[in-house]
Amino acid sequence: MNILVCISKAPDTTSKITFKDGDTKFNEDGVQFIVNPYDEWYALVRALELKEANGGKVTIISVGTADYEPIMRKALAIGADEAFRVDSEASDAYQVAAEIANYISSNSFDLVLTGKETINYNGSQVGGMIAAIIDSPYASHATKLEVNGSTAMVERDKQGGVEVLELTLPAVISAAKGMAEQRIPNMRGIMAARSKPLTVVPASVTETLTETIKFSLPPAKGDVKLVDPENMTELINLLHNEAKAI
Amino acid sequence: MNFEHYENHDMITQMVRDFSEKEIRPHVMEWDEKQHFPVELFKKMGELGMMGVFVPVQYGGAGFGYFEYYTIVSEIAKVCGSIGLSVAAHNSLCTNHILMFGTDEQRKKWLPKLATAEWIGAWGLTETGTGSDAGGMNTTAVKDGDHWVLNGSKNFITHAISGDVAVVIVRTGEKGDSHGMSAFVIEKGTPGFSGGKKENKLGMRASETAGLFFDNCRVPNKNMLGKEGDGFVQAMKVLDGGRISIAALSIGIAKGALEASIKYSKEREQFGKPISQFQAIAFKLADMATEIEAAELLTLQAADMKNRGLKMTKESAIAKYYASEVSVRCANEAVQIFGGYGFTKDFPAEKYYRDCKLCTIGEGTSEIQKLVISREILK
Repeated sequence: MNILVCISKAPDTTSKITFKDGDTKFNEDGVQFIVNPYDEWYALVRALELKEANGGKVTIISVGTADYEPIMRKALAIGADEAFRVDSEASDAYQVAAEIANYISSNSFDLVLTGKETINYNGSQVGGMIAAIIDSPYASHATKLEVNGSTAMVERDKQGGVEVLELTLPAVISAAKGMAEQRIPNMRGIMAARSKPLTVVPASVTETLTETIKFSLPPAKGDVKLVDPENMTELINLLHNEAKAI
Repeated sequence: MNFEHYENHDMITQMVRDFSEKEIRPHVMEWDEKQHFPVELFKKMGELGMMGVFVPVQYGGAGFGYFEYYTIVSEIAKVCGSIGLSVAAHNSLCTNHILMFGTDEQRKKWLPKLATAEWIGAWGLTETGTGSDAGGMNTTAVKDGDHWVLNGSKNFITHAISGDVAVVIVRTGEKGDSHGMSAFVIEKGTPGFSGGKKENKLGMRASETAGLFFDNCRVPNKNMLGKEGDGFVQAMKVLDGGRISIAALSIGIAKGALEASIKYSKEREQFGKPISQFQAIAFKLADMATEIEAAELLTLQAADMKNRGLKMTKESAIAKYYASEVSVRCANEAVQIFGGYGFTKDFPAEKYYRDCKLCTIGEGTSEIQKLVISREILK
């Protein structure tokens, strides 16, 4: 079984978020990047589990500049066999998806996995776009994935229940929480990652479909409101009308 | 000396942080209160390769050097000093002694089990009556055919009860003769070999400390490490590396105390602003950060020399002495910054304060380090 896992980087959750170039770009200075958790904890780990059960190979692909390589080495340390980096300063989801689709068109895979979204842009677009470009079945936000011969069985959470889908392989699936459990790389994996192949391929897509006009930070959190313990009416009023929690 | 990060630094740091946050931090206070030694945790660390850091791959270890080891011990100690101490004792004392002085046959027998933490290791030098004066030990081994018969006891031994194997240094010759001691490997279950009562300690409470007892304990010849009479000299060489352990442990605790202090002082408001904005607090943080970085550089210097196989008795003693004293100062300031809350167990400062004190005592007190340093510079 030949699996491709798309790996994106994301700022560590404790990073201070600032913007540059007239608030049109995320300022990466001093930011520590990690493997996007949906890509790492669920998509990559499930791919490794499927490989362990059925044999085959897990390849990872990232679209980005050389600063992607540390996080790609981590994915290799966790257990991926081989890595490809498309050397691109991609600026939107389409550009990323089109590069990956290009790569897939000349290398065949049974399964392409992505995280359901990156934790910085929360776009949730790349998986669907890849599937559209390569004209393959697609299931998003999968919480469970089983493969049986040439079909994949996928579960997705729905409001109040679960949806079960069956897809014919090759297929693209985006992974949500529940598909697998985080794996911490061991020392041997970290050592082995140094000698696993990480190939850089030139970018081929220049087209983008979106343009960023402006980023802005969410409004600062307000002060804590203290309510007198005797005044339950006010507490209920605030929870109902202001916080809209009840 | 190379001050640049070694190749795997970031990945190992991240890996140890992920592991510590997930598997250690949620249990720190519970283990501390109950003095619980979490054996299962060490098995998990074994799977990740943290229990055989120096052990070459051929014997089932990770095959890393002292930079990686420094990162592992200090990152764990940031979260829990006790676990850091146990990782250090297992790796750099027991396992390392067998690695440094064992024959290929001895290495093959014990290292694969230790490197994966299938077995947990202990190391015994100190006795009730001999700490700094380790050479004055009273536990003896007397030759009887192809065995040695051990009698006596060892004191303050990490993993004395839960350990599956111990390296012990005992007297095989005249008292007062530094070549009158030998090192033996003893497996749990050997008749006449037992662990004693667990010590109830001020700090490092999740790390098990107890006595080891030998009552006509017969150990085969083939369990002797190196030659008869080499034990004390071997122990001193093991401790040269061990000092890097305690320096790493000290720095981890100090960094944990500093991180907690920074976080708290930014959140805690008095007189209408965060206390971090008062110089009285900000300067404490500045001193802590400065001393920690100095201690880190001294320790990396010793680690670098150790990696290159150079003699580093003085450098490791300097690193251990300075880092452990820095740890105590930082933890003390952390409690002060936390104020009344620092005196309670609901906040992390008090645990750093209790744990750090071991560092100026264990594996050679600060005073013994000064003795080592002064002897080296007065040669």
